[in-house]
Amino acid sequence: MNLSKAKQKELYYKMILCREFEETAAKLFVQGKVHGTAHFCIGEEATGIGVCSALEKEDYILQTHRGHNQGIGKNMSVNRMMAEFLGKANGYCKGKGGCMHIADFSVGSLGANGIVGGGLPIATGAAFTQKYKKSKNITVCFFGDGAANEGAFHESLNLASIWKLPVLFVCTNNYYGMSTHISKSMNISDISIRAESYGIKGIALDGNDVISVYRETIKAKEYILENGPMLMVLNTYRWMGHSKSDAQIYRSKEEVLEWKEKCPIKLHGEYLIEQKLYTENEIKTMQNQAEQEIRDAVSYAENSPEPNIENILDDVYA
Amino acid sequence: MREITYAQAIQEAMSEEMRIDTNIVFMGEDVGVYGGAFGVSRGMFEEFGEERIIDTPISELAITGCAVGAAMTGLRPIVEIMFSDFLTLAMEQLVNQAAKNRFQFGGQTTVPMVLRTAGGSGTGAAEQHSQSLEAWVCHVPGLKVVIPSTPRDAKGLLKAAIRDNNPVVFIEQKLLYRTKGMVPELGDEYIIPLGKADIKRTGKDVTIITYGRMVQRCLIVAEQFAEQGVEIEVIDIRTLVPLDKASLIESAKKTGKVLVVHEACQTGGYGGELVSTIVDSEAFFYLDAPVKRLGGMDVPIPYNPHLEAQVVPTEDKISAAVSELL
Repeated sequence: MNLSKAKQKELYYKMILCREFEETAAKLFVQGKVHGTAHFCIGEEATGIGVCSALEKEDYILQTHRGHNQGIGKNMSVNRMMAEFLGKANGYCKGKGGCMHIADFSVGSLGANGIVGGGLPIATGAAFTQKYKKSKNITVCFFGDGAANEGAFHESLNLASIWKLPVLFVCTNNYYGMSTHISKSMNISDISIRAESYGIKGIALDGNDVISVYRETIKAKEYILENGPMLMVLNTYRWMGHSKSDAQIYRSKEEVLEWKEKCPIKLHGEYLIEQKLYTENEIKTMQNQAEQEIRDAVSYAENSPEPNIENILDDVYA
Repeated sequence: MREITYAQAIQEAMSEEMRIDTNIVFMGEDVGVYGGAFGVSRGMFEEFGEERIIDTPISELAITGCAVGAAMTGLRPIVEIMFSDFLTLAMEQLVNQAAKNRFQFGGQTTVPMVLRTAGGSGTGAAEQHSQSLEAWVCHVPGLKVVIPSTPRDAKGLLKAAIRDNNPVVFIEQKLLYRTKGMVPELGDEYIIPLGKADIKRTGKDVTIITYGRMVQRCLIVAEQFAEQGVEIEVIDIRTLVPLDKASLIESAKKTGKVLVVHEACQTGGYGGELVSTIVDSEAFFYLDAPVKRLGGMDVPIPYNPHLEAQVVPTEDKISAAVSELL
């Protein structure tokens, strides 16, 4: 399967847009413009963007707390994401959810989750609806290596398997649950082998190779609509700490540097130039465009009104 | 009118709603061919088939979450959690997801689901199958909480719960499943809106505020007092959230004496909320005595039938509490 030049660009552009979004968000923290916390996915961009760029709008996704790449992959608006990050009324959640709970039902995002593994059971329900309504779409559930040790993982994979629900379970394995390396939280190194115990297919991929992630997702969707759920493990790495308060005393600088060498953006950029799809100048232009888009997003967010306490009871009940 | 059981009333409510709305599905452990642990869904599998009456694995977290996801994407699922004690296993999805998804996503979605479950003691099922945990769910904004005491209420309230666009926790009383009561004829459709208390007996001397299995017990006590010329008003709140505060306050103003009764453990129980509703209101100035509350003892439900019967409000305990008010 060859990717069109436009698709190659889309993958690259979304990754740099996401990187720019988060680096800018991190700066806003330093400037004291953000209250609360954030979980950055810098280094993991190829996972959510590779997967979501292979989906249709009608496919659902359940995002994680580290899910900006998943949202941008699914074409969420960076303006409204940034506004939510700043807690503004024009944000996706009217400033009430923050970036841990961004959602955009208009593009098929059923929301990010602050509970590790919280999206897994919900994904079975969304897929249940798709199957019940005989749609030709699937639900993609993102979660991390840490969530693979939650009971919700077991119950959900089992349920999806016995009911042949159209779910793609995507485990973004960044090797750390907060500070704990997976070698201390599970006795296997390849999480995808867990699929076998549920009688479903499991694969593990280089999660920093955006083209491979994209291609395998296209294949997975076809497989799932025929055969039921599948587990896809994307091995990648979280460059930053778990959240803004993490001093990262549990891992070496060498380890981080080693993974930075495998930067998904760098790898894909080099590929585009090598294959003569885009020139260095064109890549630079894309970078400028992404930077401008994020500057505009910050300005949109900063100009958005603060939410009003008079509206606090809105949406507690329908 | 005709006489049917509480369990039949619940089954009728589900079946009638499922006939008019194909977006309703019903799932739970052993709800299909078996008809549910308490026989509530008997016959539904035969009528609606395996696509809509769905047996699940023993996975309370996943099936509750499955209902949340299905509700957010256009269905109106009903999920049965066999015993309310097993809410402990479903709590994450109910509390962090179902209750919050509309609010935390800025109103982008609704979660129209009903979680039906069986609560209460009296069946010899001991500590892990007899609890009354309603206060836990009442404490979570975003959830509605219903506990019906009669077949008529069970049917009308469940139909309202199914049509509601919010997650509703519908706690049935396992000791009431086989009790009978008058219910309108099939075809005479009725709905009992959530948030309306029902005065099960009118009186002018004392108000008893209660719900669930204790309603019948309080009515028996009220009969006994009537023989002595004391008229007790018994209010069945029916819906704990939202609570019909106005009806409670009005009755308290009329009688000036209030007793709150529930089966759940007294400490941290919903009774505290009911008492506060009275004393925080203008009814306070009409009170002739302190507002009393009578809950279950603060112990796990024991196995031995004599012990089990004594740890929740009995007719004697209720009578004694009323006498203290007089």
